[in-house]
Amino acid sequence: MVQITSEQLLVIEQIVNKYRDFSGATIPILQEIQNQLGYVAPQFIEKVAELTEIPASELYGIVTFYSQFRLEPIGENHIQMCHGTACHLAGANAVIEAFESSAGTKCGSTSKDGKFTLEKVACMGCCSLAPVISVNGKIYGRMTAEKGQKLVRELKGGGDHGK
Amino acid sequence: MANRKYTIKVGLASCGIAAGAQQVYDAFANKLSQDEAAVDADLILTGCLGMCYCEPLVEISTSTHERYLYGNVAPHDVERIIAQHLRGGEPVQDLLVYTPGLDPDMDRYFGKQVRIALQNCGVINPEAIASYLAAGGYQGLQKALQIGPEAVIEELKASGLRGRGGAGFPTWLKWSLTRQAPGEVKYVICNADEGDPGAFMDRSILESDPHSVIEGMLIAAFAIGACKGYIYCRAEYPLAIKRLRLAIRQAEACGYLGGDILGSGFSFTLEIREGAGAFVCGEETALIMSVEGKRGMPRFRPPYPSEKGLFGAPTSINNVETFANVPRILERGAAAYSQYGTEKSKGTKVFALAGKVKRGGLVEIPMGMTINEIVFDIGGGIATGKAFKAVQTGGPSGGCIPASLGDTPVDYESLGRIGAIMGSGGLLVMDEDTCMVDVAKYFLTFARGESCGKCTFCRIGSEKLLEILERITAGKGTAEDLALIKNLGEAVKTGSMCGLGQTMPNPVLTTLKYFADEYAAHIHEAYCPAKQCKALISYHIDPELCRGCGLCAKVCAVKAISGELRKPYTIDSAVCARCGLCVQTCRFGAISVESSPKSAASLGVAQNG
Repeated sequence: MVQITSEQLLVIEQIVNKYRDFSGATIPILQEIQNQLGYVAPQFIEKVAELTEIPASELYGIVTFYSQFRLEPIGENHIQMCHGTACHLAGANAVIEAFESSAGTKCGSTSKDGKFTLEKVACMGCCSLAPVISVNGKIYGRMTAEKGQKLVRELKGGGDHGK
Repeated sequence: MANRKYTIKVGLASCGIAAGAQQVYDAFANKLSQDEAAVDADLILTGCLGMCYCEPLVEISTSTHERYLYGNVAPHDVERIIAQHLRGGEPVQDLLVYTPGLDPDMDRYFGKQVRIALQNCGVINPEAIASYLAAGGYQGLQKALQIGPEAVIEELKASGLRGRGGAGFPTWLKWSLTRQAPGEVKYVICNADEGDPGAFMDRSILESDPHSVIEGMLIAAFAIGACKGYIYCRAEYPLAIKRLRLAIRQAEACGYLGGDILGSGFSFTLEIREGAGAFVCGEETALIMSVEGKRGMPRFRPPYPSEKGLFGAPTSINNVETFANVPRILERGAAAYSQYGTEKSKGTKVFALAGKVKRGGLVEIPMGMTINEIVFDIGGGIATGKAFKAVQTGGPSGGCIPASLGDTPVDYESLGRIGAIMGSGGLLVMDEDTCMVDVAKYFLTFARGESCGKCTFCRIGSEKLLEILERITAGKGTAEDLALIKNLGEAVKTGSMCGLGQTMPNPVLTTLKYFADEYAAHIHEAYCPAKQCKALISYHIDPELCRGCGLCAKVCAVKAISGELRKPYTIDSAVCARCGLCVQTCRFGAISVESSPKSAASLGVAQNG
């Protein structure tokens, strides 16, 4: 297992201490670790287990149960593609395929060059703008496969979308 | 603040922001600060006006109560609005989407709605408690503190309010059971884990009027005798969480949250918990597990949460919209609420209108209004001009209602009778381009992925049901598959412990019930009438229309299109991935999608060959 750095250790200790007096705060602790460190690495889980005395197996159980948690770092561009009902009716599948083929990776994984992490999400609640995607938190509505290809091309060229 | 001649409101909820409303707001702020003296106007940020279809929205109102709504506003329009309307007094006609009397269609859109839960949405500033207080906020709480817990529950009972999360359990009864349950410590939880794809009622309420939800929770806690509350909100709703946090801080500072609230001796604190992405956590026992910091797995009921809920203590869990109604009921009395609705379904219901409808957005209707009224009078009918085919309510737990049942009134009982459910408020409108088998497959794919795995029928049954639907949409289904769907669907319903499994077959069973022909076409004729199922469609280039520009061949990811420049191109169906990119790219409308019924004989040959 990769060794935890001293900076990471400090972050984790602070987060665990912050939630010391809250009951049932396991999920908020893990969420905050992911927010600050980008993902929940196995070595982070071991450290949380040690500090909170919650068995690592239980923490793994939580991290793998909830779709929000990532065990691996994320690519340079985090592309979330909505596959809610309205987006599905508006042709989200074609949009998703266009992103997969032009970014060179599948939903749920990161491209080899580390440029893109693609993720299919249930609903972003922007149904009137369907199909919707978000790049690093910035939402793009009324997507088409064509616009998707173009966006990926721009991002490959070092565009600054959503940054 | 002095009363200005004009008030400018910009709708800054998530969907507005996604459409560019923040830039519009900034443009106003910028312009007004440059020449403040010249324009007598206040600029206010507000939440969701409900008309998502024409975001960004700007509302100009005058001190004499005139009201003008501008839609699809871009930052470069701001200067024109200021110059022409605010300085010149002449509304900008080409941007105007609504002012009373302008368009009978839009008058009907507003006239048919009754806004109670959405009363403040798009009206007040969700980031300022003063704005909520000015609109009568926290008066419901004061009334509750005056009349006492028992009387609050009586008032709720008289109002007829039922759970707006979808199940429709009487709210007063939930509170009363939790109140009566023995225990020193009790909890109130707000279920804001709005997981149904296609539903955004709760998000809009939280983003547009967070104090109403907080006040509703306070009233519930007072009635029940709870001292602590949790709001369990989807992490996918960052703006809702941000505004909730702000509202909680403001309520604490003003003495509405904390110890000895308004000198009544009643104390209540609130904490937000972010959901981590698990649809099953919308189920109350799973939600409790998640708040406790565990995997969100449902458990058997009884004991119900009202007896043994969060951390083993009596707990009442209500949905966002339910809570948003509560302060209004206390403030104005039960009769003002129960005057709307039907005998058993009182009051109003908020719906997120989406799909192929012209005016998608958030609407609030009195219970008992028919589906046709919602789709046509409020929604404006089908956006594409094609035929209205069906609506779907209740998301992955709900049913598809065919256009032929469009006169069904929307209330818990009527919808239940036709195999659908009220659901939390997602209302998807479908036109003739929607394949009902594909829709059923879509919902089942979703539900299968979200099954927590605890019950065998839900875990494996969903997988098997999906396999059958995949077979059918691939043109490989058999007549026996339909009987198998019914049989297995019923088994999954009865063999699952929680709502997720018990309702998961609904989309399949209702589409099979109302659109049996469409299933039959897929099975017997390898034909998808809506031209959606990939295995049953093909793409063709019309040589008459094709100019031979070669653009389609360039964008095709699988190199299925070939030809010579300036001559008609062709698509190799064996290679084509049916992604539709070429159709979008073609500037001459030369590429079409086709699916046609095949005879049994030709299918037999194909299968043998």
